[in-house]
Amino acid sequence: MTATTDVADVADVAVGAAGRAALLVLADGRFPAGGHAHSGGAEAAVKAGRVTDVPSLEAFCRGRLHTAGLAAAALAAAAAAGADPLELDEAADARTPSLALRAAARRLGRQMMRAARATWPSPALDTLASARPRGAHQPVVLGLAARAAGLGPLDAAYAAAYEAVSGPATAVVRLLSLDPFHATAVLARLAPELDVVAVAGAEAGRRASDEGLDVLPAPSAPLLDITAEQHAAWPVRLFAT
Amino acid sequence: MDGHGHGAVTVTDAAPAPGAGLRAAARIVAAPDGRGGTALPVLEGAGPFALRRPRSYGHEARVALVGAMSAPLGGDRLALAADVGAGAALCFTTTAATIALPGRTGAPATYDTRLTVGDGGSLRWLPEPLISARGSDLRQTTHVELAATACLVLREEQVLGRAGESTGRLTTRLTVRRAGRPLLDQELSYGPGAPGGWDGGAVLGGHRAVGQLLVVHPAFEGGQVSPRALGPTAALTPLAGPAVVVSALAPDALALRKVLDSALSQLNAVIRAF
Amino acid sequence: MHLDHPTTYPHRHTYGAASPLRPDGTRRALRIGLGGPVGSGKTATVAALCRALREEVSIAVVTNDIYTREDAEFLLRQAVLPPERITAVETGACPHTAIRDDISANLEAVEDLEDGTGPLDLVLVESGGDNLTATFSKGLVDAQIFVIDVAGGDDIPRKGGPGVTTADLLVVNKTDLAPYVGADLAGMARDAKAQRGDLPVAFTSLAAEDGVAPVRDWVRERLAAWTATATAP
Repeated sequence: MTATTDVADVADVAVGAAGRAALLVLADGRFPAGGHAHSGGAEAAVKAGRVTDVPSLEAFCRGRLHTAGLAAAALAAAAAAGADPLELDEAADARTPSLALRAAARRLGRQMMRAARATWPSPALDTLASARPRGAHQPVVLGLAARAAGLGPLDAAYAAAYEAVSGPATAVVRLLSLDPFHATAVLARLAPELDVVAVAGAEAGRRASDEGLDVLPAPSAPLLDITAEQHAAWPVRLFAT
Repeated sequence: MDGHGHGAVTVTDAAPAPGAGLRAAARIVAAPDGRGGTALPVLEGAGPFALRRPRSYGHEARVALVGAMSAPLGGDRLALAADVGAGAALCFTTTAATIALPGRTGAPATYDTRLTVGDGGSLRWLPEPLISARGSDLRQTTHVELAATACLVLREEQVLGRAGESTGRLTTRLTVRRAGRPLLDQELSYGPGAPGGWDGGAVLGGHRAVGQLLVVHPAFEGGQVSPRALGPTAALTPLAGPAVVVSALAPDALALRKVLDSALSQLNAVIRAF
Repeated sequence: MHLDHPTTYPHRHTYGAASPLRPDGTRRALRIGLGGPVGSGKTATVAALCRALREEVSIAVVTNDIYTREDAEFLLRQAVLPPERITAVETGACPHTAIRDDISANLEAVEDLEDGTGPLDLVLVESGGDNLTATFSKGLVDAQIFVIDVAGGDDIPRKGGPGVTTADLLVVNKTDLAPYVGADLAGMARDAKAQRGDLPVAFTSLAAEDGVAPVRDWVRERLAAWTATATAP
C-alpha cells in the first residue's frame, strides 16, 4: 500500500492508493452507517405485491441496480475522484425528485459521515460535514469516505452499486421470510451486472471530475420515486424507506 | 441560439442524414410584442415539423406542431428549439401523438428539444404522448434552461408500444436547469436492449404508460406543497427549488393523462392563490 | 493512508458517549438506555421516570420501535413530555442493531434533541422490545437499565444473559402480579444476586403510587455523579 494523496493516483479508475481490504471494510453490510434500517423501496414493493418471491426480488434488484445504483455509483466515484462535493450534492438533488428519498439520502449521508470520520478521519470529510451539518447525499459522503480510506473511484462505485442491491435483498429476507440462501444467490447472479455498473459509474465519475457534472448519468426509476412518497406516509412500517 | 430570430439559424434542410435518416429542425422564438402580448418573430420548421399558430388568448402566444409525416424513424435526427424571451409567454402543443417507428437500417433515431425561458417568461410545453412502436429505437433529450424568475409547465408522456404491441427501445432524458443550477435530471430507459430490470418492480412494474409533469413557479418556493400520493402509482413531490414534479405510471395513455390533468389543476389552484 | 492530514482537528464530532462534552464545549446530557423483553414495562417506566423527574431536570426521550413510532406515540398521548422532546428512531426490524451494532441513527437523534431543545440533563433511550441478549453500546449510553417483569417467568434472572447480568440496574417490574402468576420474588432476588454480584436490582410495581421511586432514586444518583464528573476539570 503506497501512502499518497496524489490526485492523479486517487483519480485512477482502476486502482486507489489503498488495497482491497479497505473496500471490504467500507462495503461491509455491518459498517455502522444506518443502512440496516432501509429497504431501498423493497418494503413498498412487497406491500404492493410487486416483490413476492425470488424472481421478482431479482427483477426488483436488477432494476434498482441500473437506476438508483448507477446514479449512486457515479456520484460516489466522482466524489472519490475529487469533484466538488457541494456541486455533487446539488447534482444528487436534481437526480432525486422524491422529497422522501432526498431526506433519506441526507439522513444516511449524515450517518455515513459520522462513521467515516471516526474510521478514516480526513479534512475533506470535516469540510463537508461543516458545510452540510444536516447531511449531504449519502453517495457523495461514501465517495469522500472511500477517498479518505485511500480507495479510488472504482472502489467507491462498487460500494455504492453493491449497497443498492444488498439492502433490498436483506430487507426482503425479513419481510417475506425468504430463504436467505436464495436472496444471496440473487446477489451472486447480479454480480456480472454489478461489475458493469461499477465500471460505468467509475468512468462517468472520473470524467465528471474533469469535464463537469453534466456527464454524470441520471437514470431514474419511476416506481421507486412514486412508492417512496407513499411509504413515507405509512403510519406503521418496518423500514425507514 | 441567438434568440433574435432573423432567420439566420435555420436547420431545415430536411435532407437525408448519414445512415439514410432524415435530419430536420424546427425553431420557435417568443418575445414580448410591446403591446402586452407575445409575438413569434421566429416560427420555422421543415420535414416532419409543421408549426401552426392557433389563436392566442391574452398574453400568451400559442404554437401547435402538426405532424406532417411519420417521424421519427430509425436513423432520423430531429431537433426542436423554443426560446421564450424575458417577459414573453408561450404555450406549445402537438396535434397528435409522436410515434417512434423502426427505420430501414436499425440505427437509432434522435430527437433533441432545447427550451429556454428568460426572466419573467412563461412556457407551457404540453405535447401529446410519445409512442414507442415495436422495433423502434429512439434517443430523446429535452434540455431546459430557466432564468431565475421563469415559469414552466412541462408534460412528458411515453407510451410503450401501440395498442396490443410490445415496446420499442426508448431512452429519454430530461434535464432542467434554473438560474444555471441543476433542478431536475431524469433519464428513463426501456425496451429490448435497455439495462435490465426496466419492467420489474423497481422501475415500471408492467405499466405501459409513464409520465411526468413539472411545474416551476415562485408559488412553490420554500416547500409550500407537501408530497402526496395521487393513487397507487402516482405521486406529487416538491423539488429542491421552486418546483413540483408529478410522476405517474398507468396502464395506458388515457389513464395517465387523467392523473396528470388532475394534478395540474391542483397545482394551478396553488399558483392562482399565490 | 493519507499522510497530509493534520493529526488534530479544530472541530470534532462527538462520535459516541466517550466524550462528556458537546462540540461547543458544554456538558452534554447523561444518556441512560432502557432495554428488556417485549411487554416488561419499558415504556411505562420511561413515562413514570419523566413524570417523576421532569420538574427537577431537563429530559428528552428517544424510542426505538420495531414498528416505527408506537412507543413514541404512547408517550405523546400520555403527555409526559412536550412533543419536541420525544424522537422515534426507525430500526428496520432490528431494534437491537440500532442500540448496539449501528448506533448512528440513535446518536443523531440524541444530538438533534440536545441541539433542538437546548441544554438537557438526561436523555432516556428506550430500546424496542427484544430478547434477553440485547444490550446498549457504550458508544451510545452512559448507563443502562434492563427491565424484566415477574409475569415473564421468575426464572429469567437465573437464566442470565447479557441484559440481566451486566445492566447497571436490573428492574423487576409488575411485582403486584407475583401472587397471580406464582412468581417467587425472593428466589428472583437470590438468582439476580448470583448473576449480578453487587450490581443493584429494583423491584417495582408501577401500578402503585410512586411505584417508580427505586428507579427514580437510582437515576438521581447517576445524574449527581455525572454532573460531578463532567464538571470536574
